[in-house]
Amino acid sequence: MDFDPVVLARLQFAFTIVFHIIFPSFTIGLSAYLATLGAMWLRTGNDRYQHLMHFWTRIFAVSFAMGVVSGIVLSYQFGTNWSRFSVVVGNVVGPLIGYEVLSAFFLEATFLGVLLFGFKRVPPWLYVLSAAIVAIGTAMSAFWILSANSWMQTPAGHQMSGGVAHSADWLAIVFNPSFPYRFAHMLNAAYLTTGFVVFAVGARYLLAGRHMDEGRTMLRMAIGLTAILAPLQLFLGDQHGLNTLHYQPIKVAAMEAHWDGSKPGDFHIFAWPDEVAGVNRFELSIPKAASLVLTHRMNGLFPGLSSVPASDRPPVKVVFFAFRIMLAIGFFMIAAALFGAFLWWRGTLFETRWYLRIMSHCWWIGFVAVISGWVVTESGRQPWLVQGILRTADATSPVPGATIAGTLALFVLAYGVVFWFGIYYINRLIALGPHKVTAEPGAFSPSPIAAAQDAGREAMQR
Amino acid sequence: MEWYLPLIWAALIGTAVFMYVLLDGFDLGIGILFPSTRSESERDQMTRTIAPYWDGNETWLILGGAGLFVAFPRAYAVIMPALYLPVIVMLLALVFRGVAFEFRHVSYSKTGWNFAFNVGSTLAAFAQGVILGGLIQGVAVRDGAFSGGSFDWATPFAFLCGLSLVGGYALLGATWLVLKTEGPVAHRARGQAKVLLLVVLALMAAVSLWTPLSNPRIAERWFSLPNFYFLWPVPLVTALTAYLAWRWLENGREAPPFLASMALFLLGFIGLVISNFPYLVPPSLTIWDTAAAPASQIFMLLGTLLLLPIVLGYVAFIYWLFRGKVREGESYH
Repeated sequence: MDFDPVVLARLQFAFTIVFHIIFPSFTIGLSAYLATLGAMWLRTGNDRYQHLMHFWTRIFAVSFAMGVVSGIVLSYQFGTNWSRFSVVVGNVVGPLIGYEVLSAFFLEATFLGVLLFGFKRVPPWLYVLSAAIVAIGTAMSAFWILSANSWMQTPAGHQMSGGVAHSADWLAIVFNPSFPYRFAHMLNAAYLTTGFVVFAVGARYLLAGRHMDEGRTMLRMAIGLTAILAPLQLFLGDQHGLNTLHYQPIKVAAMEAHWDGSKPGDFHIFAWPDEVAGVNRFELSIPKAASLVLTHRMNGLFPGLSSVPASDRPPVKVVFFAFRIMLAIGFFMIAAALFGAFLWWRGTLFETRWYLRIMSHCWWIGFVAVISGWVVTESGRQPWLVQGILRTADATSPVPGATIAGTLALFVLAYGVVFWFGIYYINRLIALGPHKVTAEPGAFSPSPIAAAQDAGREAMQR
Repeated sequence: MEWYLPLIWAALIGTAVFMYVLLDGFDLGIGILFPSTRSESERDQMTRTIAPYWDGNETWLILGGAGLFVAFPRAYAVIMPALYLPVIVMLLALVFRGVAFEFRHVSYSKTGWNFAFNVGSTLAAFAQGVILGGLIQGVAVRDGAFSGGSFDWATPFAFLCGLSLVGGYALLGATWLVLKTEGPVAHRARGQAKVLLLVVLALMAAVSLWTPLSNPRIAERWFSLPNFYFLWPVPLVTALTAYLAWRWLENGREAPPFLASMALFLLGFIGLVISNFPYLVPPSLTIWDTAAAPASQIFMLLGTLLLLPIVLGYVAFIYWLFRGKVREGESYH
């Protein structure tokens, strides 16, 4: 059997990076949520926030471990699978990754130790500060890795000499044209993803009639967050799309399955792009809607796929459908969050069981949207690995296809086991629910008075 | 400027790799020693000595890999394909041991994850030794790219290096337990440390003799004059350190055996540097052949000079925060 090393190397990288992105997109948001809960606890002295913080910290620990170990793999795969990538653009991309490790990874990993094991050893303010530092670390890590990725999409601030990229202007490299948009869009996506997980867990507790207090708090916080961030994401995504249209028009053409650039673009609700004939089958479209969104004019024109040879086009079906999945989830998020806010305003949020039932099943939607978004932007860049500089097919390592196939099988097997157990354990932690941390001597409380007030309030409620 | 930049970077990456070997070494060592007890609460006690640190310890491995990518991209582009299989095996082993660490806390039955923690730790250590051995024995390079086969690294010498690192990490782990625990775990670890000390000395001697015998370049480095006059203290200091470690273990000292084990690693590391400098990919590519553009090295150097002291500061803080012994049945939560 003959293995194509390029296809296998891509499959392997796609598999390991899709697996990895699941965890950061959750832990970036979750660490910020932990810090928020901690701040609320310090401010109000209400133990409910502290219970919630401990509850989510346990889930955070499991997710973070899976993120760390799958991330180590990636930092070596640039070399194992894409050694030409390191040679050609290492001068530019390398330092961005280096800054990520030094400014973010150590910060996250070290202060996670305080967050997980330091509750009884440090004063409350330092404990909460550690959560905030972990949250800042995860966001900083996103900053650098998205800068590196964006540079691969919209390279700037470099010069080519001898077939190798050299830096000319670091500021232009870090803040390359697509970076601010991608960073805002992804960071917001991570917060939304976590928001909908918290949303689902809160709804699940209310439906089951357990941990009602914590459930209500989670629901309120989740709606407060998503009702603002979900509509904001539509705006950020639109801006990002316009930026892509400027720098990577063919990617946008694939997202819209727009072939003929001499006519205004329709928005296809559904279509089956035929990449051989260069047309769409089974179209169901809103006339000129794509032109309206992208050019803000009904008859505005934007480049079509047919304007470049087939060898310079990304895989249209993949990009087109992934984009539709992301859009559908995005609009669902806006509707769900705004409707939740409406119910809250009417005062019937906690009694509208059909709504809670739907939301309790929606924990996964953010993850699917994030993965779809990455498929759009990464597949949409093909056939380039670094837009205009290095083609994917020219970037592989001198490793035989059979070796890559073998390790790919190992990755699938290993990640499969780890992933399902991880999901299973997280689910069990959620089923166990938040419980009171047994007050042991030496345990810190934000203030004795607040603790006494809480105890009194609980006694009254009984 | 351009001449000494790669030197600075080689020193920095050497430091990162060495930090990794020391720090993750003892926590991998705990995994290697895991089957030596049948008591679940003793195993919990062992993992609790490393629980607040292990995420941070593994980050040094990312720094080593990323550092190589940043400062010596052409070495990175040769080494990773050349040692593809041991690298991937190491990564997968680390995946299993890492998640096993968290999963065994939330699982009802710990048996499976104890096994994964043990096998993952041992295999990761072994693969790291094989990577080192594969590098020392030389990598086939043509036109700046790896030109050998997928199994070039698989030699008896590389496997011996793998065994040595497993033994060395187990020694670090055992002396760490002597320092950080008390009761039966500490008592057993002290006995293990003595056996491991002898094993590690034998393996170090074997690797140290085999390397120059099979490698004229390295033999000349050590045994030609006047080098020999300067280098003979290295094995002597090693022997002295090992002797002191043994005495301290006998005398019931707690911190010194761990420090002595770290010193043994440092001496081994110095020996490696002496044997191979200035080659990053023996026998053909030096640190100057593979260095990134000076502008990239300088840009990253500025960040490193600023950030690395901060990193070292809070790493030291966390070791200080969780200082002291971990007792059986005690929990941080």
